[in-house]
Parts: sequence; C-alpha cells; structure tokens
Amino acid sequence: MKIAVCVKQIPDPATPYELDPETHFVVRPNDQVLDDTDRYGIELALQLAEATEGSVTLVSMSPAGGLQGIRQALAMGADKAIIIDDESLRGSGALGTAKVLSAAIKGEEADLVIAGTESTDGYVGLVPQMLAELLGLPALTFAKKVEQADGGLRVERQTALGYDVVESPLPALVTVTSGAVEPRYPTFKGIMQAKSKPIEQPSVADLGLTAEDVGVAGSGQHITAVEPAPERGGGVKIVDEGEAHLEIVKILEQAKVI
Amino acid sequence: MTKHSVRPGSVTVDPRDFLAVDALLDDEERLIRDTVRQFVGDRILPGIADWFEEGIFPIELAKEMGSLGLLGMHLDGYGCAGTSNVAYGLACTELEAGDSGTRSFVSVQGSLCMFPIRAFGSEEQKQEWLPQMAAGEAIGCFGLTEADAGSDPSSMRTTARRDGGDWVINGSKMWITNGSVSQLAIVWAKTDEGVRGFIVPRDTKGFTVNDIHQKLSLRASVTSELVLDDVRLPADAVLPEVVGMRGPLSCLNEARFGIMYGAIGAARACYEAALDYAGERMMFDKPIASFQLIQRQLVEMLVKVNRGMLVAMHVGRMKDAGTLDPSHISFGKLDNVRMALEVAREARSVLGANGITLEYPVIRHMNNLESVLTYEGTNEIHTLILGNKITGIPAFG
Ligand SMILES: Cc1cc2nc3c(=O)[nH]c(=O)nc-3n(C[C@H](O)[C@H](O)[C@H](O)COP(=O)(O)OP(=O)(O)OC[C@H]3O[C@@H](n4cnc5c(N)ncnc54)[C@H](O)[C@@H]3O)c2cc1C
Repeated sequence: MKIAVCVKQIPDPATPYELDPETHFVVRPNDQVLDDTDRYGIELALQLAEATEGSVTLVSMSPAGGLQGIRQALAMGADKAIIIDDESLRGSGALGTAKVLSAAIKGEEADLVIAGTESTDGYVGLVPQMLAELLGLPALTFAKKVEQADGGLRVERQTALGYDVVESPLPALVTVTSGAVEPRYPTFKGIMQAKSKPIEQPSVADLGLTAEDVGVAGSGQHITAVEPAPERGGGVKIVDEGEAHLEIVKILEQAKVI
Repeated sequence: MTKHSVRPGSVTVDPRDFLAVDALLDDEERLIRDTVRQFVGDRILPGIADWFEEGIFPIELAKEMGSLGLLGMHLDGYGCAGTSNVAYGLACTELEAGDSGTRSFVSVQGSLCMFPIRAFGSEEQKQEWLPQMAAGEAIGCFGLTEADAGSDPSSMRTTARRDGGDWVINGSKMWITNGSVSQLAIVWAKTDEGVRGFIVPRDTKGFTVNDIHQKLSLRASVTSELVLDDVRLPADAVLPEVVGMRGPLSCLNEARFGIMYGAIGAARACYEAALDYAGERMMFDKPIASFQLIQRQLVEMLVKVNRGMLVAMHVGRMKDAGTLDPSHISFGKLDNVRMALEVAREARSVLGANGITLEYPVIRHMNNLESVLTYEGTNEIHTLILGNKITGIPAFG
C-alpha cells in the first residue's frame, strides 16, 4: 500500500507563540517541531505499510526551516518527504493548503492519504476534507481505529456519543484522532538514517499552481485585527455550610444543564 | 566578525537551559536526547519511586531500551546504532535524570560488556553476542571488582589457568551490577600471561550469583556477587585481542565518560525539583523562592549544573574528534559526580521535610549518587590519576 501522510512542522508549543504585528501571521522560527498529533497518523501509516510491504511518503506544506520536524517524522520510519515551502504560500488558508497538498499527492498515486484531525498551531480542522474533495476521495474522518478489510478499509469513526463503523474502498483519505494508535519512538538507527532519506522540495510552480491559487490571494480571507481573548470572569464562590449542594443545583437549573 | 553588544531583554533565557547548551547540539543529537527524555518520562519516571522502594529493576525495560537503540548505541555494526560519543553522553544525561540505576544498566550493558566484545572479541564472539545484546535479549554484567580488590583491581585473586584446551576459572567478584539478571558475565581473571577477559555464560557449571541486599543506594538496580568455582570454559571463551589491565581499564574509560554526562542528569533533576518547589512552597506568607538564602541555593545549583554540562560537552567533542586522553575523562567524572552530589544535598534541604520522601526525586538521586561517587573510580582515585598526569609522579601506592 502506498501511503501519503500529511504532516506539519510547527513552532514548539512549549514556547509562547508570537504574531507578526503587521500581517498577524504566526512568527515561525527556524527551529520547529513535528506537530505532536501527526505522530498518530505516521504510526498508522507505518503499521499499514509494514503489513503490506508498502511505503510511506510524508507531505508537508510548512516553512522548511531546519527541517527538524520532518527529520523527526522520517526517523520514525517514513521513506521520504515532500515539503512545499514558497514565499507565495504565506497567509494561505485551509483551501490554499489543500490545493497545494493535493497537487503534491497527485504525483504520488497514493492508495491512502492520512492526516490528523486538526493542527496544533492553527486548529482549523478543514484541510483534510477539502483535500479529499480535491483528490476525489472518500473522506473517513475522526478514525479511532483503522483496519484493512476486503481490499478496502474498515474504520471506527468517533462520534459525540460513541462510534460509527464505516467501510470504504481504496483509495481513500482518513483522519486519525490522537490516541488511535500508540506512536513509536524514533529509533536511534532511524535517527541516523533520517538524514540520508530523500526530501523533495518542489515549488508552487512545480506543482502546476500559481500565486493566485495560494497565499493571501488564494485564501479569500483578510485578517483585519487580532485581539486578546477576553479574560474569564471570576465565577461564583459558594462556601459550604451544609447547604452548598442546593445552591449548585439551583445554578445548574438556571443554566438549563439539569 | 560582527561584534554584538549585550542588550538586556533581547534574548530569552531558559532557567532549565541557562547557558543555551541546546545550541551546541546538532539536529541528530537533539532528536536522540528528546527521544530518550520522552522514553524516561513515559517509562521510567512513573514507576521509579516504587521500584526504588521495593528494590527492583524492571527487566522488561531491557528490550524496550534495545528497540530504541540505547544498548551499545555508540558502537558500530552488529546491530548497534553507531551514534557519536556526544549522543551517547546526552542519552546518559537523560537516563540519569530518571534514575542512576537506569543509566547504570545502560552503562554496564553498552560500555562494560558490549564494548570489550566489540574491541577485543573474535569475529565469532561479536556475531554471537552483540546483536542480541543490542536488542536487550541478552544482558551482560562486568566482573572486575572483588571484595578485597576495589580501587586496586590489579590485586585481584580470581585466576584462570589453562587445562588442556580449556580454561578453568576460580575466584569471586563483588558489587557486580546486573549480576543476577544477566545471561553472560565478562569476568577478568589473572592468568600466566597477565589479566585476561572471559565471556562466561550464566548457565556454566560452577558459576553462581548472589544478590546484595539492604542497599540504601541504587536500589532500582541489581548488585550481585559472582562466585566462580572451577568454572570450565572452552578455549574460545577468552577475549583474544587484549592481555593486561589495559583491557578492563579501557572499558572503564567508556563507562566513566557516560557517567560524566549522566551525573548532570541527576543534578538537573534535583535543581529543577528545588526550583519548582521553591516557587510554590509558601512560608512566612511568601514563596520560599523570595528569600535570599533560598535564591543563593538555587543559583549555586544552577551554576554547578550548567558548568558540569559545559565540561561534558567539551570532553565529548574531544572524544569524537579523537583528541582525548583518559585523564580528561577523570576530570569530568571527578568534578561532575561530586558536583551532582552537592546539588542533590542542597536541593534536599530546599525541599524541607518533603525532601526526604520518594514523592520527590531528590533524596533518591542523592542516595544513588553516593554509589556513583564510588564506582568507576572513586573521587580519590580520579584525583590521583589527575595528580599523576600533571606532576608525573604516581601517588597511588
Ligand atoms: C552500586 C555499585 C555497583 C558496582 N558495580 C560494579 C560492577 O558492575 N563491576 C565491578 O567490577 N565493580 C562494581 N562496583 C565496585 C566499585 O567499582 C568499587 O566499589 C570501587 O572501585 C571502589 O572499591 P572499594 O569499594 O573496594 O573501595 P576501596 O578501594 O576499599 O576504597 C575505600 C576508600 O579508600 C580510598 N582509597 C583507596 N585507595 C586509595 C589511595 N591509593 N589513595 C587515597 N584513597 C584511596 C577510596 O577512594 C575510598 O574512599 C560497584 C560498586 C557499587 C557501590
């Protein structure tokens, strides 16, 4: 099975994010890390590829920087990476990102495309569905378990109340939830080999796209202002003198929770 | 070269990496360090207080460490990852930030057992043992010290004599890490030609192992006595490529190098525990971190931990460049282990009564470091090695 996994390099979430005061875009340092939630998709891809003697290609649209995040993903065992970093991509929205990823994945003739449910820096959560549409693939989202079945896939799809069982032929696109699989640690041998694995860096033009398709122009969006989130109110303090539970019930009733 | 001026506030300073040592590492070293840190966080820290209290080393960790590539990581070929010496050192720092026992396990397996087979073994010995040892499927122990031969191992009484085509070993070894969890022992014994190393499989007739109990240090690590009573081994059990004390001493150099880095991990864990605690613990209506005396203690720890790391990084780069003398490792082992012990004691006092419980890592590290101070050359022995180096006068005997 040929598998493409969408991954993203993001600024280390342990350090506070900075926004550029003019463009309002996140300032991206040279040193970035692999988005932690991508490790689940990579693990799933590696398991499926190992079971089918297949291959795993990472596809990423993000500032290349020092490629640390991509190397981390390659060290887990992926075979190669395609990373698209182009000045014209700055300010791309979900649709622009999906266009770029789909153009890169088309050349790979993947049987399966895997993505996370949303990125940890953007939290938009729309790219995978748009990508499936552009690639003409069924989108199996929020998978908490993925198995091969009858030449296709059987997926347990997380819902608000439990899960649905969904089946689909291949090719298809799957988004995996965090915790769906147990991501492996990169092995030291993997880390040593990662630097000699191929990393392709096509330009937007190489992918057959123009500057109008991507970036601020392609997004159809314009960030007019950024405001800090309002501070949370202080809440209500109830001192328990034996009757506190009644007060809490009253508040919950008022909020129509019970 | 452009000269930058210092602009206060223009650079972010990380209290946990004050001198930005991170910038001295390449991507590969950073990734190895981060992977070991994550492994320690996931697999060591949640259980370590119980293992220490119960006095056990969870042997199932061996295979997990093997699949990660930790065992014999800086050796080449035969299933080993072949990383740089600095990467090996950084892995030791992270392991020992978990527990000195975990780091000891890795030091013994990689530096004391796999290294001599790699450096002095026959091709058959390498192929038989190294891949399974790298995978954590076969565990080794290293028998040099005896009850009456510690700092002066050349006074050992264990002997190996030739009998026809065989070797027959008699004697006992004391304080042997991993003894009862091992499948093979590297035993050093006196022969007519000088000291030689032997690979002794655990199931060899006449070879017995007794664990040492009632330890108050390195409790999450197995320490044993090895007894060799007319142990008969075939001719090919000897490590063919080395005769004399150079054999065991070159293993010790490898392991001491890892300890120089490892001790910083224990010290760092203590410093960070004290820093966190001091920020939260309220006394006289203030966090204790607001008292000058506590700040001084924290700063002493900070300075020591960072200085120790700079020494280790420098010695590590020298080892990778091939410009290292064994006395440089003595410098690092001597200073970093005593530094770590001082930091642990200081941190212990910052934590007050909480500092004596296993709820916090500090007293565990403090007790462990007492062993680390003694094994692999006591502080006095490393002092004498350095004294000899700078004066040219040996003062050991
Ligand atoms: C937990 C633990 C694990 C160990 N694991 C192993 C292992 O796996 N394999 C192994 O072979 N050994 C192992 N050892 C043994 C360790 O290497 C020895 O304990 C160490 O070499 C010191 O020997 P000793 O205990 O006999 O102390 P001694 O040599 O008796 O020293 C006692 C004191 O005298 C000092 N001293 C000795 N000679 C001099 C001198 N010339 N000048 C000044 N001071 C001197 C020492 O520094 C020390 O302070 C381990 C020890 C411990 C505690």
